[in-house]
Amino acid sequence: MAMLGSINGVLMEGLDGDNSWSLKDYVARGGYAQLKRILDSKMTQEDVISEVKKSVLRGRGGAGFPTGLKWSFMPRSFPGDKYVVCNTDEGEPGTFKDRDIMRYNPHAVIEGMAIAAYAMGANRGYNYVHGEVWLEYKRFEEALDQARAAGFIGQNILGSGFNFELFAHHGYGAYICGEETALLESIEGKKGQPRFKPPFPASFGLYGKPTTINNTETFASIPFILKMGGEEFLNLGKPNNGGTKLFSVSGHVNRPGNYEIPLGTPFATLLEMCGGMRGGRKLKAVIPGGSSAPVMPADVIMDCTMDYDSISKGGSMLGSGAVIVMDETVCMVKALDRLSFFYHEESCGQCTPCREGTAWMYKVVHRIENGLGKPEDLDLLNSVLGNIAGRTICALGDAAAFPVQSFIKHFGKEFEYHIEHKTCLVPKDVQWAGSGFHKIPA
Amino acid sequence: MFSAETLQKFAREVAKYPADQKQSASMACLAHAQEEKGWLAPESIEAVANYLGMPPIAAYEVASFYNMYDLKPVGKYKITVCTNLPCALSGGYHAGEYLQHKLGVGYGETTPDGKFTLKEGECMGACGDAPVFIVNNRSMCSHMHPEQIDKLLEECK
Repeated sequence: MAMLGSINGVLMEGLDGDNSWSLKDYVARGGYAQLKRILDSKMTQEDVISEVKKSVLRGRGGAGFPTGLKWSFMPRSFPGDKYVVCNTDEGEPGTFKDRDIMRYNPHAVIEGMAIAAYAMGANRGYNYVHGEVWLEYKRFEEALDQARAAGFIGQNILGSGFNFELFAHHGYGAYICGEETALLESIEGKKGQPRFKPPFPASFGLYGKPTTINNTETFASIPFILKMGGEEFLNLGKPNNGGTKLFSVSGHVNRPGNYEIPLGTPFATLLEMCGGMRGGRKLKAVIPGGSSAPVMPADVIMDCTMDYDSISKGGSMLGSGAVIVMDETVCMVKALDRLSFFYHEESCGQCTPCREGTAWMYKVVHRIENGLGKPEDLDLLNSVLGNIAGRTICALGDAAAFPVQSFIKHFGKEFEYHIEHKTCLVPKDVQWAGSGFHKIPA
Repeated sequence: MFSAETLQKFAREVAKYPADQKQSASMACLAHAQEEKGWLAPESIEAVANYLGMPPIAAYEVASFYNMYDLKPVGKYKITVCTNLPCALSGGYHAGEYLQHKLGVGYGETTPDGKFTLKEGECMGACGDAPVFIVNNRSMCSHMHPEQIDKLLEECK
């Protein structure tokens, strides 16, 4: 799937599906000009970081942390190896934007990483790619070969004396490796179990060396920020929410896919770009930032704009920009049942509250879904989730708790109905119809 | 133990990492080993560990942690179906049910002729293309409605 639409698009503009990902196309679009400009003009590291700070680019992987600030944490003068790492372990349910970036604009990621490496004094980098997207991994490796042959990465880049070696590393099926320290463990060839923080990766990262990890879209934005200037990038969005962002829209819309829009665009506009609700049905709820973000009822999200601040004010998180749209055919208990299974399955098992708690939550939600719920189950769920959130090494515990908490908060009546009537408020055939799956022939 | 081609792939992976960090290549080498052998027998894991100079148990930890490694034999075609919520909203469950109906096996099972193994998977990062399958960890199949599923099964000779 290519990008399906954009407003003031930046990252994915001028692309022609599978035909324009290679080096020569990227260079023809003005690619690598920023890396060259920085190296030729001997732009200072401080100036590069300052431009990124001005753009108010916030981490596109989910946390929304200001990128320029993150870069400034790196001990640039620390002797020895320093690393930049790209997080393309895109496994947050609902998110599929980085896959398209890797597929259609991989050199933007490479140039962004090279600029980042220059700004932070790093000499090596890895791009950690979700194991499930094999073609994109192979394509990225091909793009790396092209960039290496053209002298944009490697030793003495463009005769500047700046060295930056970059490689691709693939995952093999573990959601937890999207957590940055689990990802580092995974690059080290270990089980992906998150590390205690502090120390943060900027002081103790890959192989114990200073490391900065950013999301694919974050890196891909860098060349464009340098090209247009931080301020102009910021102004594309709204204050404190710089730039455009890719939104992956899935679920009950007519045209699921990726859309690049300025931060601050009304949700209603995005929904319209997706061709509206499938079958003209009524919007019930939206998870605006990947499955870990709290669910929002239709009337709340319809009043929101798509940016970090507005979604946060509406009680959720913009996260990775994965917008999961649900219409009135969805049984919210069944939806939560599936999400709870996911977190239980993907808990790395390191922290007891998460390992045991996610299993409990799944067990209880699953029995409600299957007509075996007990009247006290909602209180039990709230108690279990309260004992997970904030009590684990990484954010997976919170990510597992938020959906449960928000589904019960906003759609508690459906859960109560399930418990009382031992069946679903939304008839099964209505649920089936909602999925749009072509009927199984008899 | 492994073919010259696979060993060449191993060497290419090892070259990506600092000389004293060969273990980093374990994930990729185990994937290549699985690709050659069809699954990861304990001997294969041990051979990868020996190649990389790491304790076999550390390689086994990797192989058993990540869910795309198969520690038991699988059919010639392993089809993994995403049934996570975004896919389920667009027919992921039903696509899986259709596939089970067609193959006569459930998730985690292999057809008696050893041709197909069916697995239920987690988010593959392609939710806009739901329903989504991955065949043999490599080939992503999009928009898998009955007609496309029939076609896929026909193509799996």
